[in-house]
Amino acid sequence: MSIPTSIKTITQRRETSLILLIGVLLFGVTMRAPNFVSVTNIERIVNDTSILIMVSIGQFFVILTGGIDLSVASMIGLSGMSAAMINQYNPGMPAGFVLIIGMLIGMVLGMINGAAVAYGKVPPIITTLGTMSIYRGMTFVISRGQWVTAHEMTESYMNLPHGNFLGISNLIWWGIVVSVIMFYFSKYTKRGREIYAIGGNKVAAKFVGVEEKKIHMTIFTLSGILSGIAGVMWTSRFAAAVNETAAGFELQTVAACVIGGVSIAGGSGAVVGVVLGALFLGIINNALPVINLSPFYQMFIQGAIVLVAMLINTLSEKRREQELLKGRQQ
Amino acid sequence: MKKLLSIIMVMAIAASFIYAGGAQEVAPADEDMKLVLLVKSLGNGFFEAVADGGQEAAGELGNVESIYQGPSSSTAEGQIEIIETLIAQKVDGIAISANDRDALIPVAKKAMKAGIKVISFDSGIASGGRIVDLAPSDEELIGRQQIELIAELCDYKGQVAVVSATSQATNQNAWIEWMKEEIKEPAYKDMELVEVVYGDDASDKSYREAVGLMEKYPELAGIISPTTIGILASAKAIEDEGKKGQVQLTGLGLPSEMKQYIENGTCQQMALWNPVDLGYTSTYILYALATGAVEGNPGDVIDCGRMGDVVIGEDGISIMGTPFVFTAENIAKYAEIF
Repeated sequence: MSIPTSIKTITQRRETSLILLIGVLLFGVTMRAPNFVSVTNIERIVNDTSILIMVSIGQFFVILTGGIDLSVASMIGLSGMSAAMINQYNPGMPAGFVLIIGMLIGMVLGMINGAAVAYGKVPPIITTLGTMSIYRGMTFVISRGQWVTAHEMTESYMNLPHGNFLGISNLIWWGIVVSVIMFYFSKYTKRGREIYAIGGNKVAAKFVGVEEKKIHMTIFTLSGILSGIAGVMWTSRFAAAVNETAAGFELQTVAACVIGGVSIAGGSGAVVGVVLGALFLGIINNALPVINLSPFYQMFIQGAIVLVAMLINTLSEKRREQELLKGRQQ
Repeated sequence: MKKLLSIIMVMAIAASFIYAGGAQEVAPADEDMKLVLLVKSLGNGFFEAVADGGQEAAGELGNVESIYQGPSSSTAEGQIEIIETLIAQKVDGIAISANDRDALIPVAKKAMKAGIKVISFDSGIASGGRIVDLAPSDEELIGRQQIELIAELCDYKGQVAVVSATSQATNQNAWIEWMKEEIKEPAYKDMELVEVVYGDDASDKSYREAVGLMEKYPELAGIISPTTIGILASAKAIEDEGKKGQVQLTGLGLPSEMKQYIENGTCQQMALWNPVDLGYTSTYILYALATGAVEGNPGDVIDCGRMGDVVIGEDGISIMGTPFVFTAENIAKYAEIF
């Protein structure tokens, strides 16, 4: 069997195993909460998970190069707070425009990360650990510790994620559109393939002319843009911009990537897997409140399920690697 | 004529003596008592409201001048400087919302040595630096009131649930324990506290937990969320699920943050201590101490006007009372303040 086709089957299989896992999870939850798998509830879960999907895809590209972006939650917080305050003080400004500004703020924040990594040569984990605090601190500074809540927001702003098109909420559409574009970007564009190359073998990639600096700028800027959109969606969806918005969310995005089969060491993974990984987490998040278990068990179960999912993923990956090697030897 | 003139003059002089003498004698009792509210910093809506409460109490007490003071930025140094000047001015009492619970002790002791009554409120001074520390409320009053509020909203029947902060939050858990006590009372025999869920003070998790409650208990009549993020997220969840009017909401929230939901009826009433009451009660306590009506020993009872009796507890810690209830009628006013 030729190597390219076996690589193809691996990715296909990894996603299939994840889909199976999701099926098992849904089945398990339905045993305890029969109404869980209904059209409205599934829609609710996808709606709830769309933000996680978008930000996880941003995180995915960073992880793909072997880095990590710990500042995504703080970028969500800062761009969300900025957008909410812009909306508060300029109620006349169209909400779509506020969304674009929020996105641009995220972009600038991401570029700062990118520049520090690409030109400052600071490792991504250190850079984003710093900016995580810096951006969160800036959120407090611009808001002076105050929150922006429903009565200070305009209807159109709060409707950004809630409105719907063809019966599907705008937020889900955002999730879909971002996923599709990013899927295309990762698979069929030169820059997308270069990101894989850098993550797979940095030295080899450099030799064939991949500019690492540009790649770093691209991935962090992308992560920032997606976090910016997510920030606006977050504050408008909950009709509240609080200073701690999304605190701890960065770990969920990393978890979504890893569950989705993205290697923390870089070089392998796919957008489809990340989307499935995020959905998997989203289902757990939405299932836990309805399965009638004490909150302490919930924390335990959440951790256990994530760990088991990762184990299954890595084990099956290992087995396939061995099969691949065997195939090569033959 | 001369005689008459001299008589008039004598009388006038005598009268002036009497008047002057009288004035001199009566003055110490009649002169306004100077009671100071020393806050963390000026230009903060919360403390402006504290000052309003002080004025209100002064108006009721009559011979009290309520003075509002504070440093321009929230520093202990600024407060110490102000206390020094207040000692020089020989005011009668100072109620302090302290920027540092320990740093103010020496200067507060100095003030007390000079005969000035010192108490703390809102943000206390450690024991030894004040006679009384006024706490806005206590666990029992808060917990019991939450059940009363939700019962009023859902006509004393149905299932209610709690959206708390984290499962380890000490204050939240203490309030919830008292809620569980209160709901055992006969008045609530048709009510049931079905579950306590934890939103971890995160908007997404609180929202999900609130939605989960409505899913799990289709007959749910009310949600109590004694935490600011929880109550906000629950309000949004109730609206998004189209359960407004069916699921009632109460809790502890900031008026400025909850204005929308209180005005549109998603959350018809909620509670929180109110800065006006803090200023009001502090002034009453200072007055009682400064007039010598009470010494400030544990067990002393102080009449605090509309706030009722405040009992001085162990270590001078006193409880103001049940939190203030915010409704559609008063929310606009308080939303401006805090």
